[in-house]
Amino acid sequence: MLKVTKLRKVYGTGDAATEAIADLSFEVDKGEFVCIVGPSGAGKTTLLKTVSGLMAPTAGEIELAGEKVAGPPERMALVFQDYSRSLYPWMKVGENVAFPLRRKKMSKSERKEVVDHAVDSVGLAGSIDKYPWQLSGGMQQRVAIARGLAYQPEVLLMDEPFASVDAQTRADLEDLVLDVRHEYGVTVLFVTHDIDESVYMGDRVVILTGRPARVQEVLPIDLPRPRDQVETKELPEFAHLRAHVYRAIKGGQEAGEDDERAGAREAQVSASPS
Amino acid sequence: MSRRWLYVAVEIAVPAAVFALLWVWSAGSDVYYYPPLQDVLNTFKDTWLFERVGSDVGPSMVRLFIGYFIAVGVGVAAGVALGLSPVLRRTLAPIVEFLRAIPAPALLPFALLVLGVGNSSKIFVIAFVCLWPILLNAIDGVSGVDPTLVDTGRVYRIPAKDRLMKVVLPAAAPQIFAGMRTSLSLALILMVISEMVASSNGIGYFVLQSQRSFAIPEMWSGIILLGILGYLFNAIFLLLERRALAWHRGARAGSQ
Repeated sequence: MLKVTKLRKVYGTGDAATEAIADLSFEVDKGEFVCIVGPSGAGKTTLLKTVSGLMAPTAGEIELAGEKVAGPPERMALVFQDYSRSLYPWMKVGENVAFPLRRKKMSKSERKEVVDHAVDSVGLAGSIDKYPWQLSGGMQQRVAIARGLAYQPEVLLMDEPFASVDAQTRADLEDLVLDVRHEYGVTVLFVTHDIDESVYMGDRVVILTGRPARVQEVLPIDLPRPRDQVETKELPEFAHLRAHVYRAIKGGQEAGEDDERAGAREAQVSASPS
Repeated sequence: MSRRWLYVAVEIAVPAAVFALLWVWSAGSDVYYYPPLQDVLNTFKDTWLFERVGSDVGPSMVRLFIGYFIAVGVGVAAGVALGLSPVLRRTLAPIVEFLRAIPAPALLPFALLVLGVGNSSKIFVIAFVCLWPILLNAIDGVSGVDPTLVDTGRVYRIPAKDRLMKVVLPAAAPQIFAGMRTSLSLALILMVISEMVASSNGIGYFVLQSQRSFAIPEMWSGIILLGILGYLFNAIFLLLERRALAWHRGARAGSQ
């Protein structure tokens, strides 16, 4: 469904150039839920911006259903981390959800139905005529999720969507996303820095190294579905998988730091007068 | 609630008290330049209700609003263009800074030469002055739009025209409105100045003519009218702004 091949992204040119993504390849199958987890600052947001077509890669390719991505594809939606800056404060909840549908070929009543259904499935039917800023943070992120669902994408990208809500809300939203992805039959690529979250949510977890990002490991998560905040997290397998990801990230981070130190030494050597 | 009423009461009581004080204090005035308030108000009634509305107030308002709305149109359009393009912004910044540094009344002699003593020279000067606050605020507002708002529009394939009209412009609206409010009071000032320099009608012309013919109550009545107009314009503008930007006030209150 979604295929990322030898992706590389460098910001700037010349001496100021910094490499955010070194070499990334992975695939997401239709209907799959893939989590990408990596240390903070690993270039996860850069990855999603490139995959979503908002930013052109320096090298490599992204394919969605066999078509090369050059600019945001129609079959893809993105839920941003920062809901307060992604929802339009001058539009009501329903208007925010309906806004991306303006270009879709559907009648007014169809559109209303799609919007109502999406808002309802995130549990906000009663707030459709409110403004986003009248809602709590968790509810605002629900609106952003409803907007993504109403767009009826085949692939839903999520960029650390629950990073700025409290723990209880976060658990609720995790389960909400797991529920609605079945209902909407959508493939999900979910980026997070939270190890528990990645194991809890995913069918597979792609573990990244520190900056510049590479794929360190792709870990299948064979935990039974439906997942449950209490029962799933109680399983010994969950603890093992979680520990595995944790060690991998710790290891990857140290490897990355070693690279950096080596790089710094080289820079010092070349800068010293000969 | 009771506090609010208290504020409203104070808002009415203070001007009323000042008015009463002036009335009493000026009542027996025999100083030629400060006629009794009562005389001024009688003259005000005879002059502006509604004797000279067609001959002076009308032409003044036409100049003011045509000039102002030209400035709004040009300022917002150019502000959006400059706000969206950092290259254009950097290229034109020195010219913008130079032009807006020119005190507009200095352009009146030139405008009179080229455009004549009719309405166009006055409209030109009013529009020229009003342009800068609107333009600079629009540039700031548009270039400062949160990139996530725009990226969201791009992800959902909102056409460029809609992204401009329904995302960028609303997001920049609070700042554009701030510029428009500043310009509205400038428009009134420049209207008066331009009518004093060269005109055969208008409120500014009337005030100057009254002074020259020693019609002091008439002069005062014109000044009072200008004050009332400026006050009204600002009040009406605030009302419209409050309505158009209700979401902005709500969002700001919500984030605090």
